[in-house]
Amino acid sequence: MMDVRTTQALLYLDGVSVSFDGFRALNNLSLVMDPGEMRAIIGPNGAGKTTMMDVITGKTRPDEGDVMFQGRHDLTALDESAIATLGIGRKFQKPTVFESHTVEDNLLLALDGERGVIGNLLHRLSGAERDRLDEILSIVKLKDRREELAANLSHGQKQWLEIGMLLAQDPALLLVDEPVAGMTDAETAETAELLRRINETHSVVVVEHDMTFVRDLGVKVTVLHEGSVLAEGSLDQVSANERVVEVYLGR
Amino acid sequence: MTRRPILPGLIGGQGAALVAILVGLALLVPALNLLVPPSSPFHVPTHFVVLFGKWLTYALLAVSLDLVWGYCGILSLGHGAFFALGGYAMGMYLMRQIGPRGVYAHPVLPDFMVFLNWTELPVAWWGFQFFPYAMLMVFLVPGLLAFALGWFAFRSRVTGVYLSIITQAMTYALLLGFFRNNFGFGGNNGLTDFKDILGFSIQAPGTRAALFALSALALAGSFLIARAIVTSKLGKVLIAIRDAESRTRFLGYRVEHYKLFVFVVSAMMAGLAGALYVPQVGIINPSEFSPANSIEAVIWVAVGGRGTLTGAALGAVLVNAAKSWFTGALPEYWLFALGGLFILTTLLLPKGIVGTIAEHWPKPRRRDAERVPPLSAAPQPAE
Repeated sequence: MMDVRTTQALLYLDGVSVSFDGFRALNNLSLVMDPGEMRAIIGPNGAGKTTMMDVITGKTRPDEGDVMFQGRHDLTALDESAIATLGIGRKFQKPTVFESHTVEDNLLLALDGERGVIGNLLHRLSGAERDRLDEILSIVKLKDRREELAANLSHGQKQWLEIGMLLAQDPALLLVDEPVAGMTDAETAETAELLRRINETHSVVVVEHDMTFVRDLGVKVTVLHEGSVLAEGSLDQVSANERVVEVYLGR
Repeated sequence: MTRRPILPGLIGGQGAALVAILVGLALLVPALNLLVPPSSPFHVPTHFVVLFGKWLTYALLAVSLDLVWGYCGILSLGHGAFFALGGYAMGMYLMRQIGPRGVYAHPVLPDFMVFLNWTELPVAWWGFQFFPYAMLMVFLVPGLLAFALGWFAFRSRVTGVYLSIITQAMTYALLLGFFRNNFGFGGNNGLTDFKDILGFSIQAPGTRAALFALSALALAGSFLIARAIVTSKLGKVLIAIRDAESRTRFLGYRVEHYKLFVFVVSAMMAGLAGALYVPQVGIINPSEFSPANSIEAVIWVAVGGRGTLTGAALGAVLVNAAKSWFTGALPEYWLFALGGLFILTTLLLPKGIVGTIAEHWPKPRRRDAERVPPLSAAPQPAE
């Protein structure tokens, strides 16, 4: 229905509400992201962070509200695979990789390109694809484990493999849910660095609890609470907000 | 630079062995049956040719089931329906070949229609006097049914046990339908008393040997097709769907299209198996639709090794060999033995015979020296 560009924003959520059995997971949520931006989303458990990602990626349909991507795609009318094809990639809270595939095949499956049945039946790995796989394997530091089954990776390595899969998918917008959960401090710092590098060419939404990590990212922060935006701004600004301290930081 | 073909050979070691054995059997068994005199110890009696030929069609059914279950996680408890539909298509051709040689000597109508006082051939039977048309139907009818069922089920995201129940209900509905005389396919007697196929007497040892050889080659060919599918990138997508369906959607794959494709291909293979089965056993009746048949096929695949293709074929032959022995020696205990076998396999050999062997077999493709250190040596995250 939306043929004309209605907003300059990459991602535009307006008045989005979602209820599950009477529980309002999202309550009149509005959020605007500019192209090329990286945004950190924080908030206590149950604030609606994951539900928001579900709405953006088509897993959950909002009861009301608008969700627009690149100003012209109404995401509420599309399903998961259509939204993924538009260029929105997602990393899950619990690392979700294909365990019985090798590291390399996980990346191959994510690699931007053919998604059709017949095209994949006849698919042969091209030189360009091989180079791209090598490049991603180096970025996520899994080159020497490329033939290992993903099931045999450590937790942190699975997280990185999944970030690698996002890179392979090369979406315009990456949604990253708790990327450093269960990581060591060193791994956490490396992941922040990696996301900053990814942000040079992609827009990124990061949901995270780890305040050190959010500080490392050094980006605009949105605080969610009870399904709507409580505060927005730099980490220092939101940390100074009394309401934020009350519901989240000061617990 | 590591050298690892993404397509690790088209067939693989086990697969090459299976195809070689099948082609060897296709040549050897007919020769030992037809050319070696019955007095020789190397002679293969015709009833063995028929029995082995029947097992090969079961093996083909098992491979088709493994393609959807082992690689895409679709546990079909109604694959026997596709097998039976292929069998009925072949049976209808064979019935039309009887012509005026039937008991009632009607030039067109099969005996059961004359018996029911029908005067015209039902539309569904038109064209079945032509072998190519019947062969087309062998693939088309199971394929279309699978397409229709899959279209609705996969689009509505019916998965797991719910899908299994739907497939089971499908074969049960067909069982009830085919039992009825007015359904037009011979009622509970089914189709039988076949005379000849393509002009060759169906009872002749030469025809039987040829059907055996064709069954072996059909199995080999279907195995190669299934193998090509599962080793392609499409096959990797299927495995991804099996292991993490929603993750696959978030990568942009239309899961329902992939499931539909593999389900239809599998149904057509099952139809081919049924079409080769019917001329060898000489009858097709509604009991082929019985849910127990489909469940038995699942047991063959589980015993041989789900997700291995070769294991499915092996499991079908082994279980049916055991069944032949049991039904001769201890007929009343066969179902107990089958149930016990399924429980034992699930508990002790969850990967089946071939899956378990493959697990302990050294893998030549993977350089052991480069294999990853044990997990404890890898960097562990803090919990």
